[in-house]
Amino acid sequence: MSALVKIAGLTRIFDVSKPWLNRLLERRPKAFLKAVSDVDLQIEERTVYALVGESGSGKSTIGKVVVGLLAPSEGSVEIEGVDLHRETDAAKVDHVRSDIQMIFQSPFASLNPRWKVRDIIAEPVAARGGDTKGLSERLLEQVGLAAGDADKFPHEFSGGQRQRICIARALASNPKLIVCDEPTSALDVSVQAQVLNLMSDLQEDLGLTYLFITHDLTVVQHMADTVGVLYLGRLVEEAPRDALFERARHPYTQMLFEAAPRIDAFGREVDPPKGEIPDPINPPSGCAFHPRCPLAIERCTRERPEMRQLGPARVACHMAEP
Amino acid sequence: MQNTALLTVENLCVEIPTRRGILKPVDDVSLQIAPGEILGVVGESGAGKSMTGNAVIGLLDPPAHISGGQVLLNGKRVDNLPREQMRRVRGKQIGMVFQDPLTSLNPLLPIGDQLVETIQEHLPVSQREARDRAVAALDEVGIPAASSRIDSYPHEFSGGMRQRVVIALALCAEPDLVIADEPTTALDVSVQAQIISLLKKLCRERGTGVMLVTHDMGVIAEASDRVAVMYAGRLAEIGPVRQVLTDPQHPYTAGLMGSTPGASLGRRRLNQIPGTMPGLNAVPDGCAYHPRCPRAEAKCRAEPRPPVSGSASCWFPGEVKI
Ligand SMILES: Nc1ncnc2c1ncn2[C@@H]1O[C@H](COP(=O)(O)OP(=O)(O)OP(=O)(O)O)[C@@H](O)[C@H]1O
Ligand SMILES: Nc1ncnc2c1ncn2[C@@H]1O[C@H](COP(=O)(O)OP(=O)(O)OP(=O)(O)O)[C@@H](O)[C@H]1O
Ligand code: SF4
Ligand SMILES: [Mg+2]
Ligand SMILES: [Mg+2]
Repeated sequence: MSALVKIAGLTRIFDVSKPWLNRLLERRPKAFLKAVSDVDLQIEERTVYALVGESGSGKSTIGKVVVGLLAPSEGSVEIEGVDLHRETDAAKVDHVRSDIQMIFQSPFASLNPRWKVRDIIAEPVAARGGDTKGLSERLLEQVGLAAGDADKFPHEFSGGQRQRICIARALASNPKLIVCDEPTSALDVSVQAQVLNLMSDLQEDLGLTYLFITHDLTVVQHMADTVGVLYLGRLVEEAPRDALFERARHPYTQMLFEAAPRIDAFGREVDPPKGEIPDPINPPSGCAFHPRCPLAIERCTRERPEMRQLGPARVACHMAEP
Repeated sequence: MQNTALLTVENLCVEIPTRRGILKPVDDVSLQIAPGEILGVVGESGAGKSMTGNAVIGLLDPPAHISGGQVLLNGKRVDNLPREQMRRVRGKQIGMVFQDPLTSLNPLLPIGDQLVETIQEHLPVSQREARDRAVAALDEVGIPAASSRIDSYPHEFSGGMRQRVVIALALCAEPDLVIADEPTTALDVSVQAQIISLLKKLCRERGTGVMLVTHDMGVIAEASDRVAVMYAGRLAEIGPVRQVLTDPQHPYTAGLMGSTPGASLGRRRLNQIPGTMPGLNAVPDGCAYHPRCPRAEAKCRAEPRPPVSGSASCWFPGEVKI
């Protein structure tokens, strides 16, 4: 196997300052938010890499950098060996771009309501001057809709059907990598099951690679080969799925797994997690998790833990054990 | 059960007259909640969960209205009370928690004022005592340093903290029943675990009954004592949570469980329920589920509707293999 995506030292900073006049009047400095901080990870070809983490942990930001919607502030993202933000050969960039597609959470917002489904699906190919004859019809059938649906408009479809249309559009340019940002979060479980099954089938049939972003651990457990856990923009643990669900090694992953509701845990009394996610503009020193961590020692308040290989996992924690 | 029930809903029907006919978002629903009991209500989007809750608290948006059946609280009918009297029951006897905490909070008033106002409206206490109770209520729901946060405005709290304030507000008049409609759907799992644990503790310690509306099967399993499964405005199944989720009698419940990723671990594919839930203007004759049901027979397609046998409303309950 070889890595299709190589993310090294990725950091993305947002300027969240107030307008300059307010800053001047209130004598405030500029404010910056590190949405992603020094993340290293690789995604093997034909695998599903799931990124999990709570709201604001930086999942979508990583996804957007990977597809090229956002530029890294530091570090690099290479896809098929090409760094989209540094490569100067336009033909190479264009080629790699067509290998990457994205599917978003809201199948309502991401479809142009005034376009026919045929044009929506074919758009990524048409934009590059490709042949679109019969393309939409073929893709519609591939995602379990009817060829005749090509003449309809998005509002004529249910949420699950619209997500299928989004998937069809993502497939149009014959991509290798699809970044899926919470693709089923807005759907009912019954519809989610249809969409997840479709995504698994397509992955197998077409040899796709997914970067699968979600906060739902049951979906992760169902879909992922490898799981990366984010906390405040930092990758705190990464492991093969089964190893991670068998034993999480990072205290934050443990807390997250413990808090997640389980369908077989009738009447379980959880000792709910303490505290809240800190302000991302002023994250805690050292290990960002230390104010909430049951294992924290003095060193954790000072020194940011490096990623260490512990058994099958990579873990960023001073106290974690193999 | 009959005489100890806190809430009794009998054959409740809600109708919405429209130009194209009468819609029935709640159709012949009967259920009970005992003191200290949590009844989970699940079902796909549009199944009528919120409408049922809103009908119980007398908050249906016209033209939707109760068209049949009755709602009894502590043995007294509340569905036919005049508007002003119902407003007093709400708040005093029934508390409410909705998905978006901002719908229950006035953004322009400090949270303390809102609590004091609610307490004084329902309990004969002085301003001083009301304020003390407000602090105690915030303390009880886990707002740190409650006495110093009481004069803060809603926007000064995080989403999870705001939802706690709403719970404090719903509980400060010490109601017998709480209707919680997707109270944790917008929250992270760690915050969700905190809120659910809080609701369970309050029920246990005060004997408050809770109707917990959610589409998260995991939350249902962990939090509720009994569960009601709704489909197309009707009750498909109702019974003790462990029994219903592990040995579903209604094919719809079995289908939902099979679609839930966590419940079908190790299975490569999730169970798919074919099709989608019908719109209210196209609810089929007989059993509303028959077009999607793997065991439907001629009887299911014809009136009358299936009778309730055991926990399920189905002609052929039990032994569902999926
Ligand atoms: N364009 C932006 N400008 C300023 N801050 C941003 C911007 N985009 C994201 N952020 C901030 O960066 C952090 C990470 O955001 P991101 O959307 O990547 O999180 P996420 O893990 O996808 O969360 P969610 O589960 O809520 O979607 C958050 O604190 C967010 O507020
Ligand atoms: N004013 C209205 N006119 C017509 N139909 C309506 C109206 N209000 C609600 N409905 C319909 O009533 C049905 C029940 O809605 P309800 O909000 O109770 O569903 P729910 O089970 O709470 O779903 P969700 O999980 O999406 O919150 C839905 O099919 C909805 O479309
Ligand atoms: S590094 Fe320290 S604070 Fe961070 S998770 Fe590990 S033990 Fe806890
Ligand atoms: Mg996101
Ligand atoms: Mg609802």
